This record gives sequence, C-alpha cells and structure tokens, in this order.
Amino acid sequence: MAGHTWQTWSPSWVDLETPNAARVYDYYLGGSHNFEADRRMARQAVEQWPDLPKIMRANRAFLRRSVQYLAAEGFTRFLDIGSGIPTLGPVHEVARELQPDARVVYVDRDPVAVAHSQLMLAEDPLSRVVQADVTEPEELLARPDVADLLAAGERVGLLLIAVLHFVPDTYRPHALVARLRDALPPGSALVLCHACREGRPDQVGPHQDIYARTRTPLTMRGHQEIGRFFDGFTLVDPGLVYLTQWRPDTPEAVGPHPERLPGLVGVGLLP
Amino acid sequence: MSADRPRPGPAPPPSDASEARRAAEAAEAVSPQAFQDRWTAMLRRHGTSLHPTKVAALGARTAVMICEGRLGAAAAALVGAHFTDPDLLVEAVELLRGAPSGEAGRADGSPEGDPAGAFAAAWAIALRERTLRQQETIRTAADVARREAEQALHASEARFRALFEHAAVGIGVGSVEGEILAANRSLLEMFGARLEDLRGRAVTDLVHPEDTPEIWQAYEDLIGGKRESFQCDKPYYRQDGEVVWTHLTVSLIRDEDGTPRYQVAMLEDITDRYRLQERLAHQATHDPLTGLPNRAAFFERLEELFATASPGSHFGLCYIDLDRFKIVNDSLGHATGDQLLVEVAGRLATALGPLGHTVARLGGDEFVVLLEHCDGEHDAVAAARAVLGALREPILIDGHKLAVGASVGVLERPVGTITPGAAVRAADLTLYRAKEAGGARWTLYDARTNAEAVSRYTVSVRLPMALDRGEFFLEYQPLCSLADGSLAAVEALVRWRHPLLGVLRPDEFVPAAEETGLILPLGRWILNQACAQAADWQRRYGAKAPQVNVNITARQARSKGLVADIGRILADTGLEPGLLQLEITEGTALGPHDESLRNLNILVDKGITLAVDDFGTGWSNLAYLRDLPLSGIKLSSSFIGDPATGSAPESDVAWRIVGGLADLARSLGLTLTAEGVETLETAERLRALGCAWGQGWYFGRPVMPEQLEELFLANPYKSDE
Repeated sequence: MAGHTWQTWSPSWVDLETPNAARVYDYYLGGSHNFEADRRMARQAVEQWPDLPKIMRANRAFLRRSVQYLAAEGFTRFLDIGSGIPTLGPVHEVARELQPDARVVYVDRDPVAVAHSQLMLAEDPLSRVVQADVTEPEELLARPDVADLLAAGERVGLLLIAVLHFVPDTYRPHALVARLRDALPPGSALVLCHACREGRPDQVGPHQDIYARTRTPLTMRGHQEIGRFFDGFTLVDPGLVYLTQWRPDTPEAVGPHPERLPGLVGVGLLP
Repeated sequence: MSADRPRPGPAPPPSDASEARRAAEAAEAVSPQAFQDRWTAMLRRHGTSLHPTKVAALGARTAVMICEGRLGAAAAALVGAHFTDPDLLVEAVELLRGAPSGEAGRADGSPEGDPAGAFAAAWAIALRERTLRQQETIRTAADVARREAEQALHASEARFRALFEHAAVGIGVGSVEGEILAANRSLLEMFGARLEDLRGRAVTDLVHPEDTPEIWQAYEDLIGGKRESFQCDKPYYRQDGEVVWTHLTVSLIRDEDGTPRYQVAMLEDITDRYRLQERLAHQATHDPLTGLPNRAAFFERLEELFATASPGSHFGLCYIDLDRFKIVNDSLGHATGDQLLVEVAGRLATALGPLGHTVARLGGDEFVVLLEHCDGEHDAVAAARAVLGALREPILIDGHKLAVGASVGVLERPVGTITPGAAVRAADLTLYRAKEAGGARWTLYDARTNAEAVSRYTVSVRLPMALDRGEFFLEYQPLCSLADGSLAAVEALVRWRHPLLGVLRPDEFVPAAEETGLILPLGRWILNQACAQAADWQRRYGAKAPQVNVNITARQARSKGLVADIGRILADTGLEPGLLQLEITEGTALGPHDESLRNLNILVDKGITLAVDDFGTGWSNLAYLRDLPLSGIKLSSSFIGDPATGSAPESDVAWRIVGGLADLARSLGLTLTAEGVETLETAERLRALGCAWGQGWYFGRPVMPEQLEELFLANPYKSDE
C-alpha cells in the first residue's frame, strides 16, 4: 500500500512544544501526563470555559458506562480509536470486570500517547497499542493487531470517543466511519462521543479558536451531522443524547442541565 | 461550609487523659457512620467518572482508614482515584476537624492530635508523588517515542541515502543560489570527478557551448521559483575534458512555506544514444566514401538558403566534374578510383572550407561548391579557380601520379530568381560547356546559352524515349471571363517529368522538339490527351464544359498530317469541334500560300477555332488579323504590368495599347484574352478597357484536371442563360 510505504519513509516527529489533545485531556482530568505547552493551553481553555473538567469527567464516565453496557451484552473485543492517555478507568479494566478475557486494541496517532500506553500495558497479554490515524482507515485496518481483532468475526465494540471532532470536514469523516463500519463483523457496535454545537453555542467559536493552534483543530458539529455517523447502525436506547443522559448510573446523575456538558453520545449496533 | 457541620475546637496538647476525652467528644459530635456519609457525599460532589457504587466503596474505605488513624493511606487512595481538586482538600480538612479520629495521628506518625493537618500533609505528599510519577512516565513515553521516531528517521535517511548513492541515474543537489551541495556516485562517474571537484562549484560553471539559451533561461526561471521543473538534453564537460551527453531533469524543492530551497538535478547518460543519433544523422547527410555532405544534405542546405536568405542577396554554385576520372576507374580499378575521389574531396574541402564555402559530393565524380554569400560573379569565379588550383598538382596513389583536371560550371544569381533544382541544372549544363571546350576550365553561366543547352541536352538525350515512357503530362490553366469571373476555357500545358531534372516546362523542351521534329509525335499525343479530357468534361458537364486551348507549333501547323490527325482524334474522342481552340504563335510564320494557312482554314471549316498566342511579342503583323480565320487574340503578359508598381509613363502607354487592342478585337469580333493577370486590380482595369477574358495566377495556376474540376463546382461558368 502506497500510504504505508510513505508512512514508514517519513516518520512523524515528536513535538513537545505544541499542545497535544491527548495530554490536554489528561490535564483536564487532573492528571500530570502533560507538558508545559499542554498545561498552558488547557489553563487558558478552562479559564474561558470552567465546565471543561466536568465535561471531560462526564465523557470518561460515558466511556465507562458504554463499555460496561457492551461487556454486559457479551462483547469481548474492543477497538478504541483515539485512546489518548487512558489512565483512569481504561477500556480493558472496565470491560474485564464483566468479561475477564476482553481484548482491547488501543489506537492513537500521537507517538507519545502510544508510547505511554505501551509502557502501561507492557504486561497485559490481551491489550495491544497501535500507532495509526483514523484519517487513514486503510492503513489503520491493515495493522496486524487491528486486522487480527477483526478477523475472528466476533462482535467488536468500535470506540470513537472524543476523536471525530478532531477530524476536519476536508477528511470526510463520515466516509471514514463508513469505511471502518464496513470492516466490522456483523453485530458489532459503534460507541461515539462528539462535541456538539447546540449545547453551548456561545462556546463553539472561542473553544475552536483555542484548538486551532494545535495540530488537532477542533470541529464541533451539529446534532444531525453527528447522527449521520450512525448510518448503517441501529441506535440503542436512549439514542443520541447529551453525555449524562445516556443510561445514567442513577437518575440524579443526569443533573438539571445536561446540555451544559455539550457532548452528544450514542451506541449503535450493526445488524 | 455548611453551618451544621461539626466544628471541633483547636486540639489541646497531647496527653493520655486529653486524648481519651477528645475521642469521646468527637464520637459524641459525629458517629463514624455519619462521618462516612458526609465523607462519601464530599467525594460525590468532587465529580468523577467512577460508578456511584465505587465512589461509595471508596468513601467507606477511606472513612474507615481515617477513623483508624491511617490518614496517609486514605489520602493516597483518594489521590490514586483522581480525587485531586484543591477544593476537595479544603472540604476534607473541614470534615476532619470533626472526625471520629481517636486514633488519628499516631498510626501514620503524622502530627499528633491534628488529623486534618495530618491528612493535608499526606494528601500533599501523595499528590506530589503521583505528579512526579506521572511526569516521569510521560517523559519516558516521550523519550521512547522520540527515540523510535529518530530510529525511523535514521532508517528512512539511510534508505534515502542508499537510494541517492546507488541510483543508476546521476543525482545532484544544489542550493537556489546555484552552489552544488551534493552529487551521487553515478553523477561523479558520469563526470569522471570526485565530490571535491564538484562540491561548492556553481551550477552555472557547467555551461557547454552547445547549450541553447532556452536551457539557461529555464534554469533561471526554476531557481527564481517561476517554474517547478524542466527537462532537456544537455552536454557537460567531464573532468578529463571529454563531453558527456545527458538527459537532464531539474526540479525545484520548496520548504513548508513554499520558499524555494534546493534544486535537484537528475542526469541520465545518453552519450551512446546521442553519438548513434549523430552518426545516423551524419550517415544520412554525408557521403560515406569522402565524408563530404551528400546530395540530400546539399539540396537541403540550398533549400534552406533559398528559404531564409535576405532579399537581394546572391548565391553561387560551382558544379565540378573530374575530367579523366573514367579513365582512372577503368584502367586502375574502382579501389584506386575511390582513393582518388577521397583525395579530391580532401583537397576541395581544404581549399574551399576556409573561404566559408560548402563542398558536397553529388555522386560519382561530381562535386559541388555552394557559396552562401556571394558578392558577385568574381566571388564564384574565385571559388572555381580555387577548385582548379586545388587539383592542379597530380595526385599520387599507389605509385601512380594521377593528373585529374576538372571542369567547373559556375553560376551566380540573386536568391529567389531561380529554384534550387533549376540552379543546379543550370550549373550542370554550364559545366557541360566547359567540358565541351576541352575541360580543365571553368565556364560562367549564361542564360541564353543555358536555355539552348537545356533544350539540346534534354532533347538529344531523353526526348525520343520520354514519350514512350509516359514522362509527359498535361496541366490545365483556366481562362476566365473578366465580366463575371466565370470559367470560359482552359489552356492545356504540357509538362515533362524528367527523371533527373524534375518537372520541365514547355519553353524548356518544346523548341528543341520543334527543331528535331519530335514535336510531331509529341504534339499528337498532346492533342489526343487534351481532346480526350475535354470530351470527358463535355460528357460530364454538358453545356458547362470548357473550351480547351491547345498550342501548336509552326512545324505542326505545316505538317501534312495535322488535319487528318485532328479529324481522327475528334472522331475517337467524340469531342465537339467547337470546344477545341488551337493556339498558334506569331512565330508561326505564315505566307499566303503557306501549307499551314490551308491546314488551319480546313480545321476552322470543321468548327475548330483559332487564336494567336503571345500577341505583341513578335512583329505583331496585323496581316494575320486579315489573313487568318481567327477567333481570338491572346495578349502577351508583358503588356500587363502591375498597375500599382509599373513606372507611370511606360505603363500608361502599355495600358493605352491594351485599350486600343480591345477596341480592335471587338470591332473584328475577336475574343481578347489578357495573359499574366495576377491581381484583382489588373483584372478590374482590363475589364474596364473592354478586354473579354483573362488568364493568370489571379484566376488560377496550371493544375491537374481533378483540381480544375473542383473549380467547376465552385464556380459554375457559362450559365444556361
């Protein structure tokens, strides 16, 4: 494959001077897996939008709830694309509470996040970490660990959590998701979390501006656009909703203003 | 802080008695269960991604730890579960002031009697530890990633380096300032150079005299960022001075901002291919024996000269034939003859090359010298003298002293007054005069003697068999009505496709044919052809078919067979006699009792018409008009100057004569045809003067019958009205 050849001929450079989404996310969650450039940007973003840490925790909680849901449904295979620096409640830990043999392939394009995950998971025989980019699905799917995960024909939970809003429209994100969907075995699931414009329209512009300086500019999308990522899937209840509204642990957990945490989430199943 | 929260007072100094009392007070203030509830509620408020049951379990576990005085363990558990907001610490300290912490402070060795302070200290330590650990982890991850990237880069660099070094094509890298920065092995081999020889040199040093200006213009455009790449074939000097021919591709490399940074040149060695092409081209244009340009190259050069020379410039030709070559060849053999030719070629090239003249071998023992710039006859004669001078000394071959003189035909003309083929032919015939005069001399071209020589030569050598070999053909030139431009008649013109001299016009061979009597069979053939063609048109176009004019010479007119011939031809072809007009010249001297007058009268009686051609060039004996049964007069083109350019008084007189003749013809009932009509202005003027028909390039050149038919369709003449 031409893309693959080129990839190995021009290695990505490790740049610690530019904020990185995965490490900024870690900072929002109170972690220290980050560098000054990441913190500077994160502090600025939080100053402008103080709810951000709460949003990230809600995001993380949705990841947990959705993986718990799939594990309870019998899923034992997970493909977490855009896994970042999975410190608190990583997919394999959550899944294995119900499915002790759960296999997880973590995929991220940031070499530091990948190296970090590899260090963390060095002893885990059922987890794999792959450096690949969701914008190059052919190459991503061709990676041996990914191909192995999908080859068995068993249902796979594809996790695209807080990653597609880092894919600009020019990369045709819907086509990318469709390509991944077509590679999934029957009965597989898509777990999606995507920053949306409607919840806090006042924050859309400024927040995108902050990310515009990073190597991962942010594209917040509308409800309909996000819904179209589920083309070919059947959304499970309660459909496409705000972060805290999706199968809350307790009714109170939803909170009075779910739209203040403007991430749209959903889980869809393939026939 | 809520008001109902327990607020234990400041801790008293530690003593066994006070400890027991304080524990009791605390237990009184808050039961362990109530503390645990408040503690867990605090954790929930912090916000977490953990499941509520996990938060409850964590709250219970850490509350028990606190109650057991294991404040450090509790702090570490919370930090480990990402409960790290500073606000949480504030709340925890508040709560701990009322905690059931009888044992607090001792087990962990924290400051005695102050569980809140002890917890804060432990929390700070745990957070610091965690921070350091995570920083270390992420640093390590960054280092690993960086190392892998570097390795990948090195591997990639090594691959690129290997690709660069071992590529079969030569690759050079230069700055946009034009300094050579790097060159690969193939390039060094190609240039026979070491890297030190090239590095640091300017790309522009690699200029070669054969470079076209376009190459270096493209180069300037490239380094200026105006183009991205260019390709060309370019020679370079190797280090040893030899020339290497390359197919060169130069590309511009820009940086991320688009600023030009480097130029990369890729060179493919095409020296062998180039040399082969050069050799093939040389072979195609050079005589393999002598190495001189061959006949094809000479004609190509001559054509080019005629196409590009500035108006008024003159050229010269020396046509050379060795005088006694045949004797040498026959007596000493071809090998010696060949050596002789090589020697002659060498001498001619040596003698004439320095004068800037081209020497070519046309074949056999014939050579030619071309003077592209000639100031006059004296230049051409000087060249001829140089030829004779060069061959004056005998040539020594295999012990034989061979004295080979030469005859030279010298021609000097303004470019554009003669075609290349005619020029060479004329020079050749001029040469024959030199030969006839005994050889070892030059002869200068003379138009009149040339024409005679052409006729004599062509007729005597070739004419008798040309008819049998089908070397003649007819072209037809239109005669058009000046009133409306419609086609009125065509004149049949004979052409001779001479195998050596090319296509000859009637004035080049008809006089000779007339002289020798060969005109009679040729004339019959012409009449037969023209009438067959006219009859064909008559069948196909009916009333629109043109009259056909055929020239007959004086000898034909006198010939006894003429009447019978034409009668048979008309019968054979079925041509209506009225569609045949015979053109006779003034030169066809006629007397009242001449045989030709009788012949012509018989023919006219049969319905054939008669016109006098080239009227006004001979004696223009008006007696014709009285004695001959004429239908038309064709006025010589010498009367029809270009009205725009002719000198005023002369042309004025000529036009008056034309006007007068037009009046005369009209009054005698003759059709006046003006020949040599080249412009619309001329045609207009002739029409105004009352001239009936016109012929000339304005109306159409002589063409093959098929082309003429296109004219019929485009220009239906003779409307049915």
